Amino acid sequence: MFNIERWQEIFQAIAKNKLRTFLTGVSVASGIFILVILLGAGRGIQNGIQNQFAKDATNKIEIYPGITQKEFKGLGIGRETQFKNRDYEIVTQKFENFIDNRSKLYSVWSGNIVYGKETGTYRIEGVNPNYQFIENASVIAGRFINLSDIEHFEKVAVIGKKVSTDLFKDTKSGIGKNINVSGTIYKVVGVFTDPGGEREESRVFIPVTTAQRAYSAGEDIRSMAFTMPKRDNFDQALAESENFSKQLDKILKERHDIAPDDESALNIQNSLEQAQKIYQLTDIIQAFFWFVGILTIIAGVVGVGNIMLIVVKERTKEIGIRKALGATPYSIIAMILHEAVFITLISGFIGLIFGLLLWAGIGPFIESDFFSHPEVDFNIALTTVILLTVAGAFAGFIPAYKAAKIRPIVALRDE
Amino acid sequence: MIEIKDLHKSYQTGSSSLHVLKGINFNVAEGELVAIMGSSGSGKSTLLNILGILDEADSGSYILDGVPIKNLNETVASRYRNKFLGFVFQSFNLINYKTALDNVALPLYYQGVNAKDRAEIAMSYLEKVGLASHSHHLPNELSGGQKQRVAIARALASHPKVLLADEPTGALDTTTSYEVMELIQGINDEGKTILIVTHEPDIAAMCKRNVILKDGLIIEDKQIVQQRAKLYV
Repeated sequence: MFNIERWQEIFQAIAKNKLRTFLTGVSVASGIFILVILLGAGRGIQNGIQNQFAKDATNKIEIYPGITQKEFKGLGIGRETQFKNRDYEIVTQKFENFIDNRSKLYSVWSGNIVYGKETGTYRIEGVNPNYQFIENASVIAGRFINLSDIEHFEKVAVIGKKVSTDLFKDTKSGIGKNINVSGTIYKVVGVFTDPGGEREESRVFIPVTTAQRAYSAGEDIRSMAFTMPKRDNFDQALAESENFSKQLDKILKERHDIAPDDESALNIQNSLEQAQKIYQLTDIIQAFFWFVGILTIIAGVVGVGNIMLIVVKERTKEIGIRKALGATPYSIIAMILHEAVFITLISGFIGLIFGLLLWAGIGPFIESDFFSHPEVDFNIALTTVILLTVAGAFAGFIPAYKAAKIRPIVALRDE
Repeated sequence: MIEIKDLHKSYQTGSSSLHVLKGINFNVAEGELVAIMGSSGSGKSTLLNILGILDEADSGSYILDGVPIKNLNETVASRYRNKFLGFVFQSFNLINYKTALDNVALPLYYQGVNAKDRAEIAMSYLEKVGLASHSHHLPNELSGGQKQRVAIARALASHPKVLLADEPTGALDTTTSYEVMELIQGINDEGKTILIVTHEPDIAAMCKRNVILKDGLIIEDKQIVQQRAKLYV
C-alpha cells in the first residue's frame, strides 16, 4: 500500500494545494493539541487529588474489637473481644512482607490533663513510633515517640497542636514541661499537626507500653493499625488490602474463638474504600476529557473528510483521465485514502508535539493543591497516533469511495 | 482486431429513453486508420466510448484482439484499457500539475513499470513526437499542438493495440491539425491500428477508411485513397 510512487503522487497533489492542505491540517492539529492538553490536565488533576489524598495514608487498615453475636464452640453471645500483645505479635510476624507501618494501640477516650492552672479533657493514645506515619502526623516541635520510650516505659507525651495551644498558648513552649495525665506526670517531648484538623490535633500520644502500665491493662491492647505499601495501580492496592483484611479477620477469629461468619465481633476498617471513590472521581474526569478530546478530533476529521470530498470533486476529471489510462478503482481509493491519512498523521503529529512541548514547558511551573505533574505518557501518545491513523482512514474513506465510483466517460465529458 | 456485431445502446434520460446505437456491425483489421464521421448526435462518441471500454453496450458483441468485452468489472476494464487501448482526446486531458514526461509516464505507472524504466520509455515517446526538449514543461507551458503531441505520446506509451482518438484536431488550427495528423499517419505507417472520430472532412480524407454514422446506424463504410498530411503542412 505504501509505495514510493504513490508518495510522489501525493506530494505533487499536496504541493499543488498548499493553502488548502495547510488549513485542513490546522483543524486536525488543533484537535490533537486540545486532546493532549485535556489529557495532560486530567493527569494533573489526578496526580493532584491523589497527592492530596495520600497525605492521609491511603491504605490504612484498623482493627477494633467488637461484641460477638453468634455462639461458637459452646461460647455464648455478647462476649467482648479483647486483643492481647500476642495477637499483635503474631499478625506482624505473619504479614511482615505485606505491611508497611504498624502499631498496636492502647487508647483512653477521655483523659484529664492538667498543666498549672490549665486543664482539659483529651483523647490519650498509647502508640508505637510507627503510628506517626499511619496518622500522617507531622512533628512541628520536639520529637515523636521513639523505640527507647517504648522499651523503657518512659513517661513522655507528644501533644497535638490544639492541646499545646490550650495548655501552653503556643506550639513550642510546652517542650520539656511536665503535664499531669490522669494522675501520672508526663514530660512533653513533641508537638504534632495532623491533616485531619483540630479534632485529630486534640490528642496526646504516649508510648503504648507506658499506657498499658499506667492504666493497668497488662497484656491488653485496644486496637491495631497498619498501612500497606503504596501501589500505582489502585486495583492492585485494593486487592492486596482486601486480601490482608480477610486473612487478618480469619486469624483473629480463630485465636479468639469467634464464629467465622460473625460480622460484629471484629471491626476492620479499610480506608481504601474511601480512596476508591476518589480514584473513581479522577477516572470520571479523565473519561470526560477523553470524550471532549475525541469529539474535537472528530471535528477535525470531519474537516479532513470534507476537504477530501472537495479534492475528489476538483480532481474528478483527473481521476477520469487516470481511469481511462488504466487506473483500477483500488488504486484510486488508495490514492485518496493515502492522502487523507498522510495529512491527518502529519498534522496530528504536529499537534501532538506542540501539546507535549506545552506541558513540558509549563507543566513544572504549575503547582497547586489539586493539580500537579501534568503529563501525557507514552501510551497515551501512542493511542493518539493510532486514533489518528484510523481517523484519517475514516475521513478519507467516503471521498475515496466516491472517487472510485467516478465513471471516466462522465468525468471526461465535463469541461 | 475489432469485431462488433449488432451493437445497441440507449440512454435513459428521465422517463424517456434515447436509442443512440441501433445495431452497429463493424470490423477493423490490424493496421487500419479509420475515420468515424457523423453529425453531432449520430452516436459516434458513444461508439468510441464503447470501443474504449469506457461504456458498455446494452446488447451485441464486441471482441477486441480476440478478447470478448462483456460484463467486465471496473478493475478488469481498467486493466484492459491500460493494456489494449490508447486514448487521445479533443481537450488533450493532460494532468495539469504533471510535467510532459510524467504525463506520458502515467499509463506505465499503472502498468507497474518502475520509475527509471518509465522515465526512459516516456522520453523515447516524447522524442518520437518531437518534444524531447519540452519533457519538463507543464501542460500550460505548451501550445495546443504540443499538448496533443504529448497526449499522443502518452497514448502510445503503454504500447496499446488500438489508438482511439476523439476529435484529436477539434481544438487546433488547421496547420497544427495537419501536423498532428502527419504524426498520426506516421504512427499508422508503423502498423498501429487507429480510430479517429471526427466531423472534419479534410481530417477524414487523411485516413484510409471512412465510416459514416447517422442516427445510430452506419450509412456508409468505404476505403479511400489516403491524403498525406505532409503535403499540406
